[in-house]
Amino acid sequence: MTTTFLSYRASTPRFWLIAAIGALVSAVGFGAALYMEHHGHVVTGMNNQVVWGIPHVFAIFLIIAASGVLNVASIGSVFGKAAYKKRAPLSGLLSIAMLAGGLFVLMLDLGRADRVMIAATYYNFTSVFAWNVFLYSGMFGIVAVYLWVLMEKRMYAFVKPVGIAAFVWRLILTTGTGSIFGFLVARQAYQSAVLAPMFIIMSFAWGLAVFMVVQRTMYDWNAMTLHPAVRRRMKHLLGVFVAAVFYFVLVYHLTNLYFAKETGFERFILVDGGIFPLLFWGGWFLLGTVLPLALIYLPALAFRGSVLTASLLVIFGAFCQLYVFIIGGEAYPMDIFPGMQASSSFFDGQVATYAPSLPEFLLGIGGLGVAFMITLIGIRVLKFLPEDDLTQLEAAAD
Amino acid sequence: MSDNDNGRRGFLATGATMAAGLGFVAIAPGIRLIEIAQARPAGEAASSAVRWGMLIDTTKCASGCDACVSACASENGIVEQVEDPAQRSHWIRKIDLKDKQSGREHSLPMMCQHCAEPPCVDVCPTGASMKRADGIVLVDRHICIGCRYCMMACPYKARSFVHEPLTEQNPEVPRGVGCVEACTLCVHRVDRGQLPACVEACPEGALLFGDLGDPNSEISRRIAQEATTQVRADLQLNPGVRYQGI
Repeated sequence: MTTTFLSYRASTPRFWLIAAIGALVSAVGFGAALYMEHHGHVVTGMNNQVVWGIPHVFAIFLIIAASGVLNVASIGSVFGKAAYKKRAPLSGLLSIAMLAGGLFVLMLDLGRADRVMIAATYYNFTSVFAWNVFLYSGMFGIVAVYLWVLMEKRMYAFVKPVGIAAFVWRLILTTGTGSIFGFLVARQAYQSAVLAPMFIIMSFAWGLAVFMVVQRTMYDWNAMTLHPAVRRRMKHLLGVFVAAVFYFVLVYHLTNLYFAKETGFERFILVDGGIFPLLFWGGWFLLGTVLPLALIYLPALAFRGSVLTASLLVIFGAFCQLYVFIIGGEAYPMDIFPGMQASSSFFDGQVATYAPSLPEFLLGIGGLGVAFMITLIGIRVLKFLPEDDLTQLEAAAD
Repeated sequence: MSDNDNGRRGFLATGATMAAGLGFVAIAPGIRLIEIAQARPAGEAASSAVRWGMLIDTTKCASGCDACVSACASENGIVEQVEDPAQRSHWIRKIDLKDKQSGREHSLPMMCQHCAEPPCVDVCPTGASMKRADGIVLVDRHICIGCRYCMMACPYKARSFVHEPLTEQNPEVPRGVGCVEACTLCVHRVDRGQLPACVEACPEGALLFGDLGDPNSEISRRIAQEATTQVRADLQLNPGVRYQGI
């Protein structure tokens, strides 16, 4: 098979069908945002205690994974691993696509989404959000240049310095995303320095999982098979990242459990908080961590598609983890008067309820649609399919 | 020192005391001479020589009473009835507290604490959350984009997001769907030399409003002499609202 683009030239109807579905999902997401904008956030499940809801789960997943997916390119350009160099362009494209999808959700969820120009022109430099406006827009620029030097042969000499710049930039970017929460002193769930490195390692795992899913899909569509050496290397890397996320989550919760003032919150998240312990243990721990690790490391469980399944489970676990972290962290009542039992008409001392409404779900899924469409168009018009040099791989294996 | 000197100083001291006393005499309900002196002419910037604050005596605050909450709602036009109570705006609310160890119960009003180091101002990406020179923390409704980061950052749950389009607003208190809002310390009244609506409405006189920057103001003297509490003092935010009896 010599086709370097997706082979939809041969099966155009299927391409257009998939493109139409992606466009529809994106359009429905945009429509949901217009509906929310017209009626106000009263049509969402978000309220004055759970102020960030399901749209933020989608947006933050996409933004974190956008940073991490670029890891594949960095391993090639910065650390010189040949197998990853072939994957660098796809990695860059996915990074731009997911960042765009995440920002689509984040911006359209604003109470005043019409004031996007204000967000772009008024800055308060003590705000982590304001830093992130620069970090996100800078990321688009750097990755665009990175893609250019990767794909334009005359510019290839610049791959390493640009790759290093992108590598450093995305570490800072994910530090910024983690610090959105890490710098919050008000709520028990946040205000922790460990959140910045934890978000970075989460980005590595989630980004790689997304990459594996996209790569597998593209190979299937092109009737190609991933070389076993490359698959083995990538799945082991995914395993290391998933285990590292587990380590950071463990440290975060153990620290909280040690502090008497945080034990109430930990009990809520881990034991008696209803949906949150369920998603934590069942969603993130069992399905999103233990099972993928088993699929990666236990040969007895290997089957065709086991790496794909592990990657999809890591993504599912990521959503569960973010739901627990963002919504659970807000739902637990703030301890304004330590040592006192509080009650009020504004639900002081009570666990907040949150039931996501359809429009906010659709907005979040619309973000996935936007990322999908950018990827689909990208791989249709430019050469993003990773093609391994088999002789080189076999020589390396020997 | 001669007797003559002593006499002159005594006369000056008596005169000053009388003048100060006159200042606190009410000349009409809700208006006092001292307040008229503090009214700020239109167009003049707020001064950092003043720091507005409030002292709340919770020992006078009755559990079932919400006169301050009602007065705030009618003064600031918070009249909409959003179906979901968790989506309604609360600029001020009454919290009933019970000590987990001793069982002692009391009640207090909670609102924006007008911190000297406000976390909401730190995190606001556009600068819409801001602190005036005189210590009042406000939201500029023209540049608030409704991201709600300030609500995540406020340790007092003092901010609300407007979830529905609004009608029948008080022209002096602009509010709007999609923006975050909180207690303004009735800035429109304070700038006219009046007291915040909640202070005026409290039947027990539990709320004392004044200038924390003036060591001779009643609020400063009481804070200097009596035990008062800053809520979440551990965060070192230096709130402008202080409590007694917590």
